[in-house]
Amino acid sequence: MDKHITTPITAEVTQNLYAGDYIYISGTVYVARDAAHKRFMEALDRGEELPFPIQDAIIYYMGPSPAREGRSIGSAGPTTASRMDKYAPRLLDLGQKAMIGKGKRTQEVIDAIIRNQAVYFAAVGGAGALLSKCIKASELVCYGDLGAEAVLKLEVEDFPVVVVIDKDGNNLYETAIRKYAK
Amino acid sequence: MIRTISTEEITKNIRQMCIEANHYLSPDMEKTLKDAVETEESPLGKKILNQLQENLMIAGEEMIPICQDTGMAVVFVEIGQEVHLEGELLEDAVNEGVRQGYVDGFLRKSVVGDPILRENTKDNTPAVIHYSIVAGDKVKLTLAPKGFGSENMSRVFMLKPADGIEGVKQAILTAVKDAGPNACPPMVVGVGVGGTFEKCALLAKQALTRPVDEHSQNPYIKELEEEMLEKINRLGIGPGGLGGTITALAVNINTYPTHIAGLPVAINICCHVNRHVVREI
Repeated sequence: MDKHITTPITAEVTQNLYAGDYIYISGTVYVARDAAHKRFMEALDRGEELPFPIQDAIIYYMGPSPAREGRSIGSAGPTTASRMDKYAPRLLDLGQKAMIGKGKRTQEVIDAIIRNQAVYFAAVGGAGALLSKCIKASELVCYGDLGAEAVLKLEVEDFPVVVVIDKDGNNLYETAIRKYAK
Repeated sequence: MIRTISTEEITKNIRQMCIEANHYLSPDMEKTLKDAVETEESPLGKKILNQLQENLMIAGEEMIPICQDTGMAVVFVEIGQEVHLEGELLEDAVNEGVRQGYVDGFLRKSVVGDPILRENTKDNTPAVIHYSIVAGDKVKLTLAPKGFGSENMSRVFMLKPADGIEGVKQAILTAVKDAGPNACPPMVVGVGVGGTFEKCALLAKQALTRPVDEHSQNPYIKELEEEMLEKINRLGIGPGGLGGTITALAVNINTYPTHIAGLPVAINICCHVNRHVVREI
């Protein structure tokens, strides 16, 4: 089913999202990948705050190509989510409600999704030019020294994703493959 | 007759090739992806394949890289043995071309200078360069930027001779199944069989640069390529890993003689953004 949702992603929003739903997201999305997640963990270990409000936030696992003049961002498709599996449960337990990436997640992440009534979305990998058209604004939040791995705050409009793992732990990667395996 | 080629010429070409490869797919890849839209049975799979078509159009028209992972630059340099190279060191010339291409072309800098310390080199250098000496008086450059979503799912299996062709088939299917949605399917599967540990990996990488609409010249390998493509597409992984009948676009297999005691098999997986540009100087 096609649905339109607006950030923040509260538990109320995730209640109505089911594995296989085609979703268009509008609103604020934070961008962070490997190196930024590592720094989040280090900050939390030191008892510091995260660089953006984590409650009901969406984190997009992504590292864009540089923007040409006059554009908000370059190519901007998802990166492989499993590299963030080590960090995701801790952030979900702190209130993060949604992740956008691509690829499989560990059982620990799936458990954290269920525990926190969160959601894992997949965007189409390798469609970074197309996806960049849904990103209306981009600003640096922190860790500019990480280059392509810096933390960004995006304003997106009808950003297309598919619900892969819903709040009950239903996993589209498993069910859809079974449907088409011959 | 010795022919002199300036390494400046090589820098200039590599620069252009980096930009070209990251914005336009080769005609064989483009056609195969287009045909896949017709064949795919899953409605969601079809939708994704159509988005990939749209993505390619936007990339070319607006000069936005096809994928944000503009890769680590892999360069095959085939040097005719009648060529005399003049100018700076060839390796420096290739890296300078990569640096200019990635900086001037607004491509992502994805290379860290040390695998453990992980500081970004900020210009996507160094490239991974493979040199070979061939007949003739030309230099042939093949540039293949490689994204790591799929590179990370690649595998080497040191099989036993007794495992035979069935073992090879199993290894390919295992690698593709494990890769699943992580490798951004529909994928292109490059396979190297034979040689040594490192040779089979190189064969697999080279196999990815062969046009996806061309089969091996070796009849039984051609059959194996066809059989494996069919088997992979029966796995159900589909575009984006969200289910469907197009999981791979091609299986390209290269072989090499090997040792009496071994059967090395490497599977280098590439996403649907299988980029490669070839130029002869």
